[in-house]
Formats: sequence, structure tokens, C-alpha cells
Amino acid sequence: MPAALATIADPAVRAAFREWLLRVADDELTIGHRHSEWTGVGPDIESDVAMSSIAQEELGHARLFYEQVAGDQPGGPDLLAFGRPPAEFRNAVLLEQPNHGWEFSIVRLALYETFEGQRLGLLARCGQEPVAAIAATLGREERYHGLFAATWLERMARPSADARARVQAALDAAWPYALGFFETTEADPILINAGLLHESAERQRDAWEAAVRPLLEGCGLAIPAAAPALGGRRGVHTPDLAQMHAEMTEVWGSDPEARW
Amino acid sequence: MVSAARPAPDGVTQAPLEQAAWDVLRSVEDPELPIAITDLGLVRDVRVDGESRVSVRLVPTWTACPALAVIRGRIRDGLLAIPGVRDVSVEYTYDEPWTLERMTDRGREQLAAHGLSVPSCRFAEPPVCPYCGSHDVAIDSLFGPTLCRSTYICRHCRNPFERFKPPAES
Repeated sequence: MPAALATIADPAVRAAFREWLLRVADDELTIGHRHSEWTGVGPDIESDVAMSSIAQEELGHARLFYEQVAGDQPGGPDLLAFGRPPAEFRNAVLLEQPNHGWEFSIVRLALYETFEGQRLGLLARCGQEPVAAIAATLGREERYHGLFAATWLERMARPSADARARVQAALDAAWPYALGFFETTEADPILINAGLLHESAERQRDAWEAAVRPLLEGCGLAIPAAAPALGGRRGVHTPDLAQMHAEMTEVWGSDPEARW
Repeated sequence: MVSAARPAPDGVTQAPLEQAAWDVLRSVEDPELPIAITDLGLVRDVRVDGESRVSVRLVPTWTACPALAVIRGRIRDGLLAIPGVRDVSVEYTYDEPWTLERMTDRGREQLAAHGLSVPSCRFAEPPVCPYCGSHDVAIDSLFGPTLCRSTYICRHCRNPFERFKPPAES
């Protein structure tokens, strides 16, 4: 497995790039796990299969990025996914939250997929191979997730005021945490100065809002005015991650040396 | 020696080991689709070093497809069964994404015979019922029984059918 990090000479830049890749992988792993909780209990068979497929894809994408971080280190991607405590996870807090209801999961999916598509676009221009090529490839797969989210959002929010109010409540709950996608750490200026990251967090957020606004407002939803809920990018998480993490790592933790 | 994504046409001399490697690749089917991986267009290139080492690079259709590990294992086992081969490398690459053009005509025909409609070049083009040829179809779900299939209903002949779902064009 090619070690994407080994080609970066400056240790500070290498550490910053590693942090960026962990954010991506941890985001995909946590939301993939939450999506998978719909398997068997989705509102209809098609949505059940769809959310399960999206979960399967996100977990596969997480694995690709963990592989890039792990390189040839013993334990490989599994050790990164299952062997780290919650405080070392760098995912945005929105993605660790329980599903609450279908409308919350769809709102979260719509907000995240837009962000994810734009972030993969930035990664595809990072100049580090094979990460850039992987990001370009994954972007083509994520398109279907966004289509699914948009279709369901319209289907739920348009028919009646009562339905729309429920979707709006989900959006109000998700929005501050979604702004946490753009939380920065010391890694961000390093990545920008090194020429790996081509957009500031502010510009990323502006581009994201410009993309989600027409979708949400087209469904009659109002963009909430709320301050960002931060923490995830610095390893500060809610108890929801600890609960999810315990469940997610239980089998692996029973015998970390096992070969499956 | 590196060969392109396709085996050499008849009449072009190929090293015996390279020929044997391509024979193995042609014998490996995708566990989720009834066609050979060479017809699906998964093989990027084959490299033969001396008499004992073979390297194969593959282009995945869907990166999270659970069949990828199975395919890799089958290729590895097949190559190691070639007399004299001791060192085998099978890797997925991402520098050239998989596209519909990589699928052969024979692959398309086999999928159609299996009741699976295949877009000719773009993911968004109108689907065609593989049973009656009608364009009067409705999507049932973008997400079908595998990551690479979506489900439709034909309004004309009333059959449900599946369509091969390529990753969206960038």
C-alpha cells in the first residue's frame, strides 16, 4: 500500500495532512455507521436498501482513507478505525448523533453530501497522489447520495405544513452542528501555506451554504440563524460518539489480533 | 514487460507467461455480475518480470464493492497456480477511473441476456427495458441489490428490471 504521507518531507505539513485525512475518514466512518442503523427498519424497502448501500459506500471510502494514513504500519486501517479512543476521532459532531428520525437522517445526509462533494473536490486538487486520484474517483460515487437526499427532502417537506414543520425542526437541530464541518485547527493554515488546501474554511462554508440554500429554500425550509457547534475536529465529542464507538468496536475489541 | 488493458490481438507475439496470465484473468468472473472481469473492463495492465513474477493492476467500478477483495483473491490464486509463478501482486489503482467505455460489447450482451440494461455511455441517459426495448420506464430505486445496480419498472411490458449503475461522470 502506498504511503501517501511518506512523500511529504516537512513533518509539520505531514502531520497536518494526516489530520485532514483522518477528518475525512472519521466523518465517513461515523456517518456510515449511523446510516447502517437504518438497515432493516427503513420507511420502505427501497429506502432501506438505499441507506444501507450509502452506509456500505461510506465505510468503504473510510477504509480507503485509513489505508492512506496507515501506510505500512502494523494494524493497518482497522487499528485506526477501531483501535483509537473517541477523543482521537476528528469527525464533525453532527455525524455521530443518533438518527432521531428519518427526517433528521435525510436532512443530515443532504447537508453532509454537499459538504463531502466539495471537500472531495478540494482533495482532488491537493497534489498528493494517490489521495487526489482517490478523491476524484469517490466524488463520482457520492453524486447518487446527494440525489437520494434531495429527492426525499422534497418528498417530505413539500406536501403539507405539518410535514414541513417536522423537517424544519430537524434542520434547526442539525444546522449548528453542520457548521462544525468547517471548524479549523492549527492544521488548516499549515495546509494552506504548503499549497495542499486551496480554500479557507470561510470560503468553503460560503460555497457550501450557496449550494444547500437553493435546495432547502426550494422545499420551503428556512436556513436557521445559529452559531456553530464546534469540537469534533479537536476530538471534543458528545456522549453519543462514546456510545456508538463502544458498539462499533465491540467485536474487533474482543480479539484485535484476529484475522477475519 | 507491460501490456495494455487488452490482451494482444491474434498474430502478435506475447510471452507465454503473459498469455497464461491473461487466460487467468479471462477466467475470473465478477461474483455479483455474470461476466468476466476482462469484459467488465477491470484490468488496467499486466506486468510480467522474468518467469516467476506477475503484477496486475485493476480499476474498480465501485470502490466500496465487497466483490473487490473476492476478485483480487481469485486472481491471486489463479496466477499462483501457473507453473513457475512465485510472486504475484494484484492492486487496485485510482489514477484512471473506471468508465462505461471499458466494458466490452460481449460484456454488454452478457449482461443484457441476464436481464440487466446497460447505459451506452452516460449514467443519465434514458434507460431502456432489456425485455421489450421500451423507453416507457419508471425508476423504482437508484439503489438496487448491489452497489452497481438500480431498479426500474417497464410500463410497457410490466416487467421489473435492473440497470447497471456506473459511477456518475465528474
